[in-house]
Amino acid sequence: MGNIPRKIKDDVSLVICGSAGKGIQTVETILTQLLKRSGFHVFGTKEYMSRVRGGSNSTEIRVSSTSRPSLLDRINILVPLDKAALKHVQKRISENTLILADKEHFGPVDEKEAQGLIDFPFSQAASDIGGAIYANSIVAGLLAQLFGIDQEEMSLFLDQFFSEKKPEVIENNQKAAAKGYEIAQRIVEAEGIAIDIERHPHIAEDIFINGAEAVGIGAIAGGCNFLSSYPMSPSTGVLVFLSEQAEKFGIISEQAEDEISAVNMMLGAWYAGARAMVTTSGGGFALMEEGISLAGVMESPAVIHLAQRPGPGTGLPTRTAQGDLELALYSGHGDFPRIILAPGRLEEAVYLTRDAFHLAAKFQIPVFILTDQYFVDSYYNIPSLDFQSKNRENDIIETEDDYRRYRITENGISPRGVPGFGKGLVVTDSDEHDEAGHITEDLDMRVAMVDKRKRKLVDMKKAAFPPELVGTDNYDTLLIGWGSTYPVIREAWSLLGREDVAFLHFSQVHPLHPDTSAYLRQAKKRIVIEGNSDAQFASLLRRHTKQEIHQTILKYNGAQFSVEEMTTRLKETIDIKE
Amino acid sequence: MESNIFDMGKIDIAWCPGCGNFAILKALKAALAELEITPHNLVMVSGIGQAAKIPHYLRANVFNGLHGRALPPATAIKAVNPDLTVIAESGDGDMYGEGGNHLINTMRRNPDITNIVHNNMVYGLTKGQASPTSRMGFKTPVQVRGVAIEPFNPIALGIALDASFVARAFAGDFEQMKEILIKAISHHGYALVDILQPCVSFNKLNTYEWFKTHTYYLDNAHDPTDRTAAFGVALEENKMALGVIYQNSERACFETTTTVYEDNKGPFCNRKPNLEKLNDLITSKGR
Ligand SMILES: Cc1ncc(C[n+]2csc(CCOP(=O)(O)OP(=O)(O)O)c2C)c(N)n1
Ligand code: SF4
Ligand SMILES: [Mg+2]
Repeated sequence: MGNIPRKIKDDVSLVICGSAGKGIQTVETILTQLLKRSGFHVFGTKEYMSRVRGGSNSTEIRVSSTSRPSLLDRINILVPLDKAALKHVQKRISENTLILADKEHFGPVDEKEAQGLIDFPFSQAASDIGGAIYANSIVAGLLAQLFGIDQEEMSLFLDQFFSEKKPEVIENNQKAAAKGYEIAQRIVEAEGIAIDIERHPHIAEDIFINGAEAVGIGAIAGGCNFLSSYPMSPSTGVLVFLSEQAEKFGIISEQAEDEISAVNMMLGAWYAGARAMVTTSGGGFALMEEGISLAGVMESPAVIHLAQRPGPGTGLPTRTAQGDLELALYSGHGDFPRIILAPGRLEEAVYLTRDAFHLAAKFQIPVFILTDQYFVDSYYNIPSLDFQSKNRENDIIETEDDYRRYRITENGISPRGVPGFGKGLVVTDSDEHDEAGHITEDLDMRVAMVDKRKRKLVDMKKAAFPPELVGTDNYDTLLIGWGSTYPVIREAWSLLGREDVAFLHFSQVHPLHPDTSAYLRQAKKRIVIEGNSDAQFASLLRRHTKQEIHQTILKYNGAQFSVEEMTTRLKETIDIKE
Repeated sequence: MESNIFDMGKIDIAWCPGCGNFAILKALKAALAELEITPHNLVMVSGIGQAAKIPHYLRANVFNGLHGRALPPATAIKAVNPDLTVIAESGDGDMYGEGGNHLINTMRRNPDITNIVHNNMVYGLTKGQASPTSRMGFKTPVQVRGVAIEPFNPIALGIALDASFVARAFAGDFEQMKEILIKAISHHGYALVDILQPCVSFNKLNTYEWFKTHTYYLDNAHDPTDRTAAFGVALEENKMALGVIYQNSERACFETTTTVYEDNKGPFCNRKPNLEKLNDLITSKGR
């Protein structure tokens, strides 16, 4: 026990683990807010079971001197709230893990388990104060002390945090936090623990949001004023966020009877002049497919937030995956153009979701934002955002008498009118139609309409977001990723410290930016990294660039790659000879 | 207003000669004209089927969507622009079969739209299979031994769900059909009009004659606000009642339950996001 490192510098992985409904959330909120206010870079992510009570859920909080928003395997400090928690994260515990556990509350533990446990008697202390519920503030107080947060600061925060509660409850929480500080002081002295992380005062002013909020904020910035959805993890966070904001931002938010209704409502809303979106996950999206096809033939704008989780079927409802790329790409019968965006960072999620509305309106097509459970549930501090630069353009025309919704044009885009605005009539049809929008079986008209819809692709490709190259451009080996893996690949790549390796991140996966082939051509070896078992993006790249993908690094157990795992797998893969 | 304002001029209509759909189209135009609703203010929403082609046969804004899916977009269109008159119109297969869940939930939501269903008790467009309202024993190329499941009763469903307006009309009776449509379109809230419509090509059982002998008109003694009485009428076995069977004008319309018109009365198509408020929101996410 004596050899546990007591001094942790620059980068701490703290894990709190307990059963569902047991207050991890409260500890986490209090602590992360305080850490961020105090000027630390903070990243948080959770993994949880598909149940409301019981089981074991864990939250990882990473506190660091520089921004490191990715998952670690390593645990520096573990607070298991019950005995089951210890088992749940067992694989991540090493002899370097400080485990702060309530030994009495745990009951008997075997010798192996007992090793390295530092006693943190919070249960008795909580019931002395007034009940088990106060354990949350004790734990928060203890951890705040370890990170050197001023006790006065904590006290001010708690007053604010619990301000809606009865005075007695606030007072008890204050007492509990103070108790946490007291226990922490004892432990720190006895064990000689010292945490040394650089603070940056400007971080206190940073924005602190998760992926679901980033998508929601982006939607508002893109002018979203209609949302129809059906709850499904992990997409529900966006539904909840936008419903909370609905009144303030003039959004109609409706929980539809099913996903089929949701997608059809969205299209009705766009038709009448709204900027509408749906948020869903794989199984729900499968039900929406017919509606995507309808958007295709109607040339209706559509914005679909598709938060991925492992399938097929119900799969793993609360876990993560990147398995729905091909689903989004091929969804809906018939040929029609679409755009698929896949943000890797929170800022990207904000801006891309905003741009999804602009692109959908401009090209009159479905635009997808592909996230996943890991992405929507993870949060960290980011600098301020700028929205002034790109606001909604007037993409709806006032119609004339002779208005034809599907006028054949050179770039394939027909000016879009809405009913009741102008002198024309707006006719839209799921059947193949003529320029006026009326049903037709004229086969020449059919070809003209297919070609018109396809022609939009030319400008869509020009408008594509380019991939981001990390590293120098004289690389031999190119690591390729998309979506939520960005921070973890980037961190693992920097740990490799190899000049001959670069990383190319795609935040638009369809249609691909015209430079894609050139980026790939330059590499002698191409490695695609993604969260599915079929290497879906790798096959898309092969088809698009006609170039070989030499290796793939895939993960599909429902968890995101950790930095350690990514580093190991990169090392294993990079030097494999063909 | 003259009903010819809705005429399309010379067009190719895909209905069979003698079909009940023609009378419904004519009655709808007449009802709209009497209510002074202009083509520009009207949105015809439909699904797929013979009946669902009706939006192409009168001058109006049109959203001809997918089979069974007229009600969700109709609800959204009305919510996004309450100044429009929105009519969702399709066949019995479309509205009662494929779109059943939307029917139930649109009745609950109560948007201010009119839902017209051409009930020919058969699938016309796909050439004569059973529909949800086909009678027991009705033989088709698929139901070769005759329909063996209980027909769907849209009137009873509507009353059970407290749909705010429930009526039945007969396509063989122009004047009455028009009057019922006028009442339905004028009603604030969701209005179902189930129109018994002979299909001369695929339904040789439920003919004009059959409908005539199997229906009767409600008289003044019937109080459509009496839900229990209306339910009794809906369950009658021998003859089907025609007229306004149930009406509840107390229910709030879906679009009035949103707050989007409180500060801003303008149409959605010109609305821009409030970036100032968004910045405040983001700043609040900092602490
Ligand atoms: C999803 C889907 N399934 C099936 C069809 C084929 N289909 C078209 S219309 C129809 C039924 C039409 O019956 P009804 O709604 O009663 O209309 P009618 O033709 O009798 O007026 C069917 C099954 C379709 N177009 N889409
Ligand atoms: S098939 Fe029947 S319902 Fe359809 S148009 Fe012909 S007669 Fe009318
Ligand atoms: Mg029918």
